[in-house]
Amino acid sequence: MDTFDYIYLIPLIPLLMFLFLGFTARKIKEPVSGYLGTAGLLAVFILSYYTAYKYFFADGLVDGKYQQIRVMLKEGWIHFTDKLAIDIGIIIDPISVMMLVVVSTVSFMVHIYSLGYMHKDPGFSRFYAYLSLFTFSMLGLVLASNLFMIYIFWELVGVSSYLLIGYYFEKPSAVAASKKAFIVTRFADMFFLIGILMIGYFGQSFDFMTLNSESTISMLNSWIANHQVASFLGLSVITWALILIFIGGMGKSAMFPLHIWLPDAMEGPTPVSALIHAATMVVAGVYLVARLFPMYYHIEGGAALRVVAVVGAFSALFAAIIALTQEDIKRVLAFSTMSQIGYMMMALGVSGFDGYEGLGYMAGMFHLFTHAMFKALLFLVAGAVIHAVHSNFMKDMGGLHKYMPIASWTFLIAALAISGIPPFSGFFSKDEILMAAWEYNKIIWFVGFIVAGMTAFYMFRLYFRIFHHKDTQYEHPPHDAPANMSFSLIFLAVMTMAVGFISFSEYISASLKPFHSHIHWGSPLVIGSIVIALVGIGAAYLMYYKETEYPQKVAAAFGTTYKWAKNKFYVDELYMYVTHKIIFDKVSKPIAWFDRYVIDGFMNLLGVTTLGIANRIKFLQSGRLQDYAMYFVSGVVAIIIIVIYYK
Amino acid sequence: MGAVQLSVYAGGIMVLFIYAVLLTDQIGKPLRDTSWKRKLLAGIISMGAAALSIYAIVTFQGINKTFEPTVTRVEDIGEKLLSYEPGGFVLPFEVISILLLAAMIGAIVIAKAKKLVNQEKN
Amino acid sequence: MIEGVSLIEILSLTTILFFIGVYGFLTRTNLIAMLMSLELMINAEAINFVAINKYLSPAIMQGQVFSLFIIALAAAETALALAIILHLFRLTDSIDVKDVEELKY
Repeated sequence: MDTFDYIYLIPLIPLLMFLFLGFTARKIKEPVSGYLGTAGLLAVFILSYYTAYKYFFADGLVDGKYQQIRVMLKEGWIHFTDKLAIDIGIIIDPISVMMLVVVSTVSFMVHIYSLGYMHKDPGFSRFYAYLSLFTFSMLGLVLASNLFMIYIFWELVGVSSYLLIGYYFEKPSAVAASKKAFIVTRFADMFFLIGILMIGYFGQSFDFMTLNSESTISMLNSWIANHQVASFLGLSVITWALILIFIGGMGKSAMFPLHIWLPDAMEGPTPVSALIHAATMVVAGVYLVARLFPMYYHIEGGAALRVVAVVGAFSALFAAIIALTQEDIKRVLAFSTMSQIGYMMMALGVSGFDGYEGLGYMAGMFHLFTHAMFKALLFLVAGAVIHAVHSNFMKDMGGLHKYMPIASWTFLIAALAISGIPPFSGFFSKDEILMAAWEYNKIIWFVGFIVAGMTAFYMFRLYFRIFHHKDTQYEHPPHDAPANMSFSLIFLAVMTMAVGFISFSEYISASLKPFHSHIHWGSPLVIGSIVIALVGIGAAYLMYYKETEYPQKVAAAFGTTYKWAKNKFYVDELYMYVTHKIIFDKVSKPIAWFDRYVIDGFMNLLGVTTLGIANRIKFLQSGRLQDYAMYFVSGVVAIIIIVIYYK
Repeated sequence: MGAVQLSVYAGGIMVLFIYAVLLTDQIGKPLRDTSWKRKLLAGIISMGAAALSIYAIVTFQGINKTFEPTVTRVEDIGEKLLSYEPGGFVLPFEVISILLLAAMIGAIVIAKAKKLVNQEKN
Repeated sequence: MIEGVSLIEILSLTTILFFIGVYGFLTRTNLIAMLMSLELMINAEAINFVAINKYLSPAIMQGQVFSLFIIALAAAETALALAIILHLFRLTDSIDVKDVEELKY
């Protein structure tokens, strides 16, 4: 295949698999439906890797610059005006191909893993159908060529997430969590849509390639210069549009303050958490900002980008503090995800554009890639552990190292990666982020630095407490993961170790021109980040390798702060208060009253009036023939009079 | 014409009426009278309508002719009834005969005595 | 038909006859009496047909032929109406018009 025309097959296969599995869910059960779903994903996996090979190594590089290829399926699907239209098309450029690799790899691993994890679950086929739906939506999202298409797939991803989080629909907590996830992201999407419409209006296009082009950007910048009045709080309308789009991304990527759905989303099955809430859906926000990065960088001197950096840094810090205190292993991992995505946003925010200055962009994308691998691995191991121990809480675990060696070693590899220890992949990506932050703003660098230490600490707290710590007596000795689960774990562990050595800057860069970057091994930044990671690991080792008094003492020392952090800083309670006391009582109830009494009352009034009139005039139908004849004759007379006198 | 009228009416229809009156066995009983309100209303309406119609007739232009004596012969009417040329009435003639047949059948069906039917069935 | 009498007078006569029939129809309580008023109305109209035909277009004989048909029709209709009245009498044992007010509200 010479051109990229086959690319629409990549999202199409999971869609067909979803429809097929969905319709035959009652007849085709475990394990055939699992094998079918996995087979579909295998096809997607192969196609994605082939595309990556073709793009990065064979065709993509033209004149030293990666070209963006648009494969149009339908030009002008819906027209708003003569010039403004929504197309259906696929864009192939470095980040979309990279995301293809990420999504297909993680999804494929999750499919294989679920063959073991969801064994004997009654809704097995339904699960695989939903997984295929999600994969289709996510692939569509990364391949979308214009803002509206991305919005459509954005919503589809949200729906798939809703279906998968609420998979155990008999559990009320799961149902509540899925509703919460959907509603919070939907709320964020309201802002997203407004942003899209504004950009479409001012930029006269929805298409990414057109919007990111120099002509559009200079047009918008000159518009801003000419319309200084059209601004709010010192930022122009167009920057606000970009910020609104970012808010949509915040919802999907669980940035503060729209993060509340992510910890609750852990109610879903663990493979779902691995796929959606670690590796793919939550990075949709990062992907969106990366997609529109030329606009973010160039419009009004990158004002919107500063917002991105600050939000990212703050979320990273916020989540890390909370993660230090959580007892449920999936919650720790959820907050860890939020923190790492904060890193990615921060990376994009501090980035420049051309060449080496675009380090932040490249590092953010690289971190996305590596994070997907090791975070999915962490979740899958957690799933294996939960499966073996039948509990999510760390207090029920301990000493699993001797029972579950594969899980233990792979978890260790992933924990080292996320802490940023060389030669694991997390080190390379995280370090490049910190380097970019140092160039930009020392405060943000410091935040990132601290968070790196905290990350190492809570990760190893988790590792030690699950696998070492104490010798818990288990009712039935936990077995290590079965073959299909272990395969995924080992594959992802290998990826985690290997990916670090990819020279990412050769492929991904903001200006589409590859540049050269390498780690300066001697620089104080690099040494400093390794040191702080080791400090974190050391502290965790001291406190948790054996059972000690230290954790309680430290918690007591921090007192109120500890309590606040453990309760996730009461953000959920705040939201509940605002919605219940303020929105429900002050806004919704009066509107409901109005609807019930005024509008319905008016309708009822119409009905009652009609009935009343009917009651009065029903006597006309007397049944007497002569009365009818009378009406007849009078009618004729009346008509004659009218005809004669009103001609 | 008059002869036709006489024969049909005095002979047929009046006999029918008398049969009906006989059969409905109401000769001895007194009839309820209509309320005077109804009579008044009916009177007003019919008088009013009559007045209107006569007014319309009188003020209509073009029918103020007096009679020119032409005599129509019954033979002419008979011929007309059976002629096929345009202006002939053979079709309505046939249709009327079928209509009379239908009316006869209808009258028999409606007025059939139920008891008789039951007895016949038994 | 009569010399010197214009059409207007004849038409007025038939109109009066007609509305006498209408009055009778609206006022009588006896079903058979109602029928008789109906007959009156129909015959008045038949005369109308003939008169107009004679005065206005004597060559075409449509009016007179048509009045023949009217007589036939009236006869048929009377027969049917009397059959219905007989049936009603069997059902309700009365020929008063107020006993057939079944189709009320």
